[in-house]
Amino acid sequence: MPDDIKMPVATDDSWEVAGRRFNSRLIVGTGRYKTLKQTGESIRASGAEIVTVAVRRVNLSDATAPMLQDFVSPKDYTYLPNTAGCHTAQEAVRTLRLAREAGGWNLVKLEVLGPPPYLYPDMAGTFEAAAALLEDGFEVMVYCADDPVAAKRLEEMGCVAIMPLGAPIGSGMGVVNPYMIRSIKQNAKVPVLVDAGIGTASEAAFAMELGCDAVLLNSAIAHAQDPVKMAVAMKHAVIAGREAFLAGRMPRDYRADASSPMSGLIR
Amino acid sequence: MPDTLMPSAADRLALMVNGEARAVAPGTSVTDLLAEIGLAERKVAVERNLEIVPRSQYATTILCAGDAIEIVHFIGGG
Repeated sequence: MPDDIKMPVATDDSWEVAGRRFNSRLIVGTGRYKTLKQTGESIRASGAEIVTVAVRRVNLSDATAPMLQDFVSPKDYTYLPNTAGCHTAQEAVRTLRLAREAGGWNLVKLEVLGPPPYLYPDMAGTFEAAAALLEDGFEVMVYCADDPVAAKRLEEMGCVAIMPLGAPIGSGMGVVNPYMIRSIKQNAKVPVLVDAGIGTASEAAFAMELGCDAVLLNSAIAHAQDPVKMAVAMKHAVIAGREAFLAGRMPRDYRADASSPMSGLIR
Repeated sequence: MPDTLMPSAADRLALMVNGEARAVAPGTSVTDLLAEIGLAERKVAVERNLEIVPRSQYATTILCAGDAIEIVHFIGGG
């Protein structure tokens, strides 16, 4: 591609977490796809540089089954191991210690979940796990409630990114509490990401318009009718939302304000 | 024990691997176990009785009867 049509957005407006610099402000999950092939294609289409991954028992009866790494290479993407499915601090810490051994890095996504049907962040468990992980040298990106006080405390503890939910995991309900997401971002000195709840491109753009540093999503792409197409949409939505935030939106007004000049009208 | 005695089935060590009962020959290391299952060392992590086994110690970590082993890897997740 000739230099003069290269999109400047991605490279001019990079962001940093735990000393690592990224151009894409979209982080995508690797779960819930129909096939590993579809996973790989969708993630490539999203332009994401960081992908979340889960830690699970290997299948002993078929050790030759294809693995995620074969389709989403850790050489091409920064793996962000998560603690999905962990409902206690102990489970989360144990899971991430295994993840560190499997992958050899410290950057992790901590989530300690409350019970179904909402899987809302269990903040008592989250604080406990975060303290143990930070003590153990992990760099913790933390999934949390849309609670500015809790978010600030996690930052003060040393978490490297604060990731409040937009809406419950996999709900596709969008950013249901924009006021608090915005206030968390305003108070934070570390990156703030909306994690969970995004259902479609406009919602990802909206999260970015609120000033968030990045968006983390999975189901919105994986459960779209055409995941690869939605991955492309999300890539553009995050860029659009970020650009709109940087541009500064016009003020709202209940009254009309005509765009065309009122002078020179024909009579 | 006379050194001519070959280990019989009864001598095999019973342990749990990922929640499944399994028997291994005495002297089996983590490296041996992974090879027996058919797993590439670099793609997994191993926990023995709730303690991480560092990859550098797979060859020298000899399994004991009653061990609870967890072998995990990365899969798709959000």
